[in-house]
Amino acid sequence: MSTDDAPGAAGAIEEPPPTAPQTVLMSVLRVLGALAIPVVGFGVLALTFNYLKNADANRFLVVGVAIVVGVGGVFFLYWGMNRVVEFLPDRYHEGVRPFIFVGPALVILAVFLIYPVINTILVSLKDSLGEKFVGLDNYKFVFSDESMLRSIRNTFGWIVIVPALGVSIGLAFATLADRLRRGEAFAKSMIFLPMAISFAGASIVWKLIYSFRPQGFGSNIGLLNGIMIGLGQNPVSWLDQQPWNNLLLMVIMVWMQTGFAMVVLSAAIKSIPDEILEAARIDGANELQVFRRIIVPTILPTIAVVTTYMVINAMKVFDIVFVMGSPETRGTEVIAERMIHWFFIANNDGRGAAIAVVLFVAVIPVMLFNIRRFREEEAIR
Amino acid sequence: MSDAVAAQPAEAVADSTHASVSESKGGSWFVRIAVFVVVILWIIPTLGVLITSFRPESLIDTSGWWTVFAHPFRPAGWTFENYRLALDQGGLADAFLNSLAVSIPATVIPIAIAAFAAYAFSWMDFRGRYVMFVAVVGLLVVPLQMALIPILRLYNNGGTLGNYYIFPDLDLVGTFLGVWLAHTAFGLPLAIYLLRNYIGSLPSSIIESAKIDGADHFTIFWRLIIPLSVPALAAFAIFQFLWVWNDLLVAYVFLGGTTQNRVLTIALQQLVGARGENWHLLTAAAFISMSLPLVVFFSLQKYFVRGLTAGAVKG
Repeated sequence: MSTDDAPGAAGAIEEPPPTAPQTVLMSVLRVLGALAIPVVGFGVLALTFNYLKNADANRFLVVGVAIVVGVGGVFFLYWGMNRVVEFLPDRYHEGVRPFIFVGPALVILAVFLIYPVINTILVSLKDSLGEKFVGLDNYKFVFSDESMLRSIRNTFGWIVIVPALGVSIGLAFATLADRLRRGEAFAKSMIFLPMAISFAGASIVWKLIYSFRPQGFGSNIGLLNGIMIGLGQNPVSWLDQQPWNNLLLMVIMVWMQTGFAMVVLSAAIKSIPDEILEAARIDGANELQVFRRIIVPTILPTIAVVTTYMVINAMKVFDIVFVMGSPETRGTEVIAERMIHWFFIANNDGRGAAIAVVLFVAVIPVMLFNIRRFREEEAIR
Repeated sequence: MSDAVAAQPAEAVADSTHASVSESKGGSWFVRIAVFVVVILWIIPTLGVLITSFRPESLIDTSGWWTVFAHPFRPAGWTFENYRLALDQGGLADAFLNSLAVSIPATVIPIAIAAFAAYAFSWMDFRGRYVMFVAVVGLLVVPLQMALIPILRLYNNGGTLGNYYIFPDLDLVGTFLGVWLAHTAFGLPLAIYLLRNYIGSLPSSIIESAKIDGADHFTIFWRLIIPLSVPALAAFAIFQFLWVWNDLLVAYVFLGGTTQNRVLTIALQQLVGARGENWHLLTAAAFISMSLPLVVFFSLQKYFVRGLTAGAVKG
């Protein structure tokens, strides 16, 4: 797009062509004007942030100011930058603008994601304070420490069992609910509802189910132990039953994420043309055959995507194990939880970083797969 | 990342228009019973917490919540006291405010930044456009654990590359700005990816004709693209809002667990740690933390599903 004929912001177009020194002066003035906007903007922001750090201020006011500043700040940023561009000499406008549009995103991604990847890899080769290089010691620790090894084993359990259960229950439920004459939407919302809850909230929900009180410490109010007592059995301290307690924690994640699998798979099932299913039925296929020979193969790509998503989620599970408590004594450690443990509670940056790198390496295949897919899609576009 | 998930987010929960074509679709008893059993199984955990949160402490401690069904209408069996205690003593009221102060900007900021970037990636010509976008796609699944240590160090000490500051020492730990930026960064790749898919698929004719009418990119973006992209923006906004609201890890690392700063999820976690058997507080607190997501869920279910299923690619 040509910019030469576009009217400039300062209305310079009607003046006679300026001489060279005048142009330089104008440019300098405009650049200075352009710089003034961000300087003033940052001054105001700095003042408000100092206010926000003030511990004595009224909480309502602080929260209100925070929201206004945060939301307003981002719009001010773009508005200000656009003004800056308009102050610049006209011929730069269209060349500079794309970088104003993508610039903030690229800066944030570079500082908060790309730089950290490199930095974490470096820190993982250093000691607990992140100062001296220690070679591969931290990785040796990751693959030899008893608790670490247990966490890796447990995480393998999570990434196999949670997606397997979530996808199969989700698929079965989606198929069955599809056959309901009434109430399909309601039934599906009930399965989907736990998706709205935080892992921390869900952990409390399930703690109540697993709750156990030893004899003499009050009555057992947990649902599972209520059932045990109803069956005439002794109550069980569910969360201390190694290694089964891992399974009990996985159930929480299955409960939360099955809804997701169900909704996506249900959409895929509904997109199968009815004629195909009808043709199979007319040819004498029973419902189970229709499901196995037609529905499942047709939606296989969607199943693969949902499974990948759940595998990645399960790999990074942290909140459930953390909130349910005592992972080390209960043997329920997982990799992401160990990372926070070593980084935050044990203050060992090197080990924490090495554990993070292990997680990162595990998702690299997915990352490359995503990029390859994207490039194929772009090639078709 | 697939078309089924990202490009055409499903909206199946609210949608059950599949034509009933076959005899067997009427729903045999087996189907109805199976669906019913699963639904009951899925509701029971939440129902238990909901009921418990309205029972007096003395009753919670002596009998299971399911016993209320024996005498559901006895007034002595119900109370709001737990909620008052949780909000007040448990400090949940402040935590709720903090959660709002974190979640609202941490939703708006990434959307604004991503929308601008998505527009540029779709409709502006500049060097390195393709390579940059491929990098964004690559960043989709980077585990955020990878970013925690370096960013915390940047926040604490600033960052230098050789002798040059690449990040000033802003003392951002424990500030809202610090959490917003972190959430923004972790939400950005997905936001850019989804919004580019959407904005890039708008017909190029409308943008061309706006250009012919003399509109510059900034005007086109504000007046044309943003209004047209509302469905995509809303879907992502809901996903990001719930993600931030329900997040424990990022808030724990960058905001910390002081009573002044902590958000709801951290307050919950601390309640579990400190008062693990105070079920009257725990259940009320859990429900307070769920209240807003549940309101979103029931009022905006269509967008909610779209947002969550679109969020399937977030790393």
